[in-house]
Amino acid sequence: MDMFIKFLVAAVLAGTPLLFGTVGEILSEKVGHLNLGVEGMMSIGACSGFMAGYFSDSFAFALIAAALGGALGALIYAFLTVTLMANQNVTGLTLTIFGIGLSNFIGVYALGFSETGTLKLPDGITAHMRNIHIPGLSDLPVVGELLFSYNPFVYLGILIAIIMGLYLGRTQTGLNVQSIGENPAAADAAGIRVIFWKYFNILLGGAICGIGGAYCSMIINRGVWISNNVGGLGWIAVALVIFAGWKPVNAIGGSFVFGALRVLKYYMPKSVIDLPVAFYDMLPFLITALVLVISSMRKSRGIGLPAALGLNYYREER
Amino acid sequence: MNKKILAFLLAAVMMVSTAACSSSEPAASEASSEAPASSEAASEEASSEAASSEAADGEAAGGGLFAPVAKEDLKVGVIHITDPAEGSGYTYTHDLGIVGMQENLGLSDDQIIRKINVDDTDATAIETAMLECIEEGCQIIFATSWGYMDTCEALAAEYPEVIFSHGTGYKSNGTNFNNYFGRIYQSRYLSGIAAGLKTKTNKIGYVGAQNSDNAEVTGGCNAFAMGVASVNPDAEVYIKVTGSWFSPEGEKQAAEALIAEGCDVIGQHCDTANPALAAEENGVWSVGYNSDMALKAPKSVLTSTMWDWSVYYTKATQSVIDGTWDGSNYFGDMNDGLVVLAPLTELCEEGTAEKVEEAKAKILSGEWDVFTGPIEDNEGNVILAEGETLSDADITGNIHWYYKNVVVK
Repeated sequence: MDMFIKFLVAAVLAGTPLLFGTVGEILSEKVGHLNLGVEGMMSIGACSGFMAGYFSDSFAFALIAAALGGALGALIYAFLTVTLMANQNVTGLTLTIFGIGLSNFIGVYALGFSETGTLKLPDGITAHMRNIHIPGLSDLPVVGELLFSYNPFVYLGILIAIIMGLYLGRTQTGLNVQSIGENPAAADAAGIRVIFWKYFNILLGGAICGIGGAYCSMIINRGVWISNNVGGLGWIAVALVIFAGWKPVNAIGGSFVFGALRVLKYYMPKSVIDLPVAFYDMLPFLITALVLVISSMRKSRGIGLPAALGLNYYREER
Repeated sequence: MNKKILAFLLAAVMMVSTAACSSSEPAASEASSEAPASSEAASEEASSEAASSEAADGEAAGGGLFAPVAKEDLKVGVIHITDPAEGSGYTYTHDLGIVGMQENLGLSDDQIIRKINVDDTDATAIETAMLECIEEGCQIIFATSWGYMDTCEALAAEYPEVIFSHGTGYKSNGTNFNNYFGRIYQSRYLSGIAAGLKTKTNKIGYVGAQNSDNAEVTGGCNAFAMGVASVNPDAEVYIKVTGSWFSPEGEKQAAEALIAEGCDVIGQHCDTANPALAAEENGVWSVGYNSDMALKAPKSVLTSTMWDWSVYYTKATQSVIDGTWDGSNYFGDMNDGLVVLAPLTELCEEGTAEKVEEAKAKILSGEWDVFTGPIEDNEGNVILAEGETLSDADITGNIHWYYKNVVVK
């Protein structure tokens, strides 16, 4: 039982970086832009957040820098695909390669100044990365551990997902934004500022991805800089968007399920089922494929796939 | 509309250009497919020539297979899988070894040709990197990652005048393609002593990169577990496998799962310091690998298992300069200084230093080594009877069992 609770906690922790990436990507896809650069934006966020924290010793500043870094990566993507109408897939892939490369380059450059060959965040920031402790609540058996003892990123991620869910589904602006993803020409005719909201959503999505990147460099790697520190999580987030049915609130549950699948191999007792590690690594993608198959069989209208996803909007062609 | 026309024009240009490329390609590839065959024959001749010339005037040439190279004319190629500047892991320690060799021999910076971030699963990238080294005039190329092995073998046949020295792996040709590695298990055994003395729960975790199919990781874990057992027969070593040499998140998660199961010392055979950092976060102890991880996780690291590759790189490069290169494989140990145990930190239990020194003296004297019987695996099979030892070939390639106190988790 104790191990099971530990497993759930590990699942939430493993799901949190995915949650940021997924919510960010949903925002972008909702305006019709499939951004495969999640990994790149997360890498840029990981780097800018880490470096800002390393040199300023301020947690808040590090978070802002991570968000700005991610948004900056998204700006490149938005400029190329929205304004110049470049191919979205190619631009996204390029952004990934660029983001990882830039982040490693800056990291390696900064390591050059370190006498010990190590970059480690100062204690002032590390203190904010620890698990929170609410007197009373955190001490409750089981519930305290399951709900009230995570690091601040976990709560931030859930909060962002809920706010984005409200924004997209419950506000006039959000509904307008969704219509851009369905039919930009109609939205344009209805007087919605298509280009502005495309930029807005893609950049906001990039900022959220950037915070997810900061989770990688600060929590996963415990504030010690290493190259390639996002390690492919951005790609899983892209798959998770489908799993979550393009709904930010569903992404909370979805990312924790994916997190559980990712840590399952370490918590499944070998005495019960002895499967190769590679099998567990495959599970998230297998389940995404299953979700796709099932949802297309049901032909449900509630899938949430934006009709104009991946199509650039040429206003002149209206 | 203009944009569409422009896009169409661009696409048309690209199509024409690819068509042009493809028409010229077959001829080129035919030519290149013939080339290896002929060069193979040539290299066979060359190697037999080399062998016969060794027999004839072996001593005159200093006993080596190649003529001496003036130090100023020497160029050394190095193929790295990542960037040495990442600061702690595998490539970093290899490059420290290259820098150490450079200082020992007094070579200038432009005599070292580094190729970094060469993916070891991408045969084309490896070949390109190595051909660039040859182009620049390298007499010897050090290939540091396992996956470079087959490309080394092929190019060694094609370029008999260039020496290919491949780290880890198991292939070689006895002339210009050798294999180098070290008895890192000796240092792991000693670090196991520190872990075995420290544990209170008698559960020690081990984050392995690969499962029992990989003899290097499995043998390393066994050596660590034997070190543990030598001072603490009650302790068990729990191993969890990430399935990847570099997986920052997986290594942290594996360590956390081990800690959740009650392990209070975490050993590791993987690239990042995340297991040691996870141990620090949870207030337990750890044993690092590759570089001295006490720099990263000072509140958890007891000691680290480390390489000093400069020992081999200096020896190999010196032999090229002297013309004494004999194409033999290299399997260095603690006596050579290739395999090192980082200084024990203050976190170690009292008496650890004495126990470690005692075992170290036994290993250094050569009278005893880690894989000496009696050894039993965790399924109760006898691997080695009293007094028997494992051959080097078995140590590098055939350890697919776990020592009796290891539990696969």
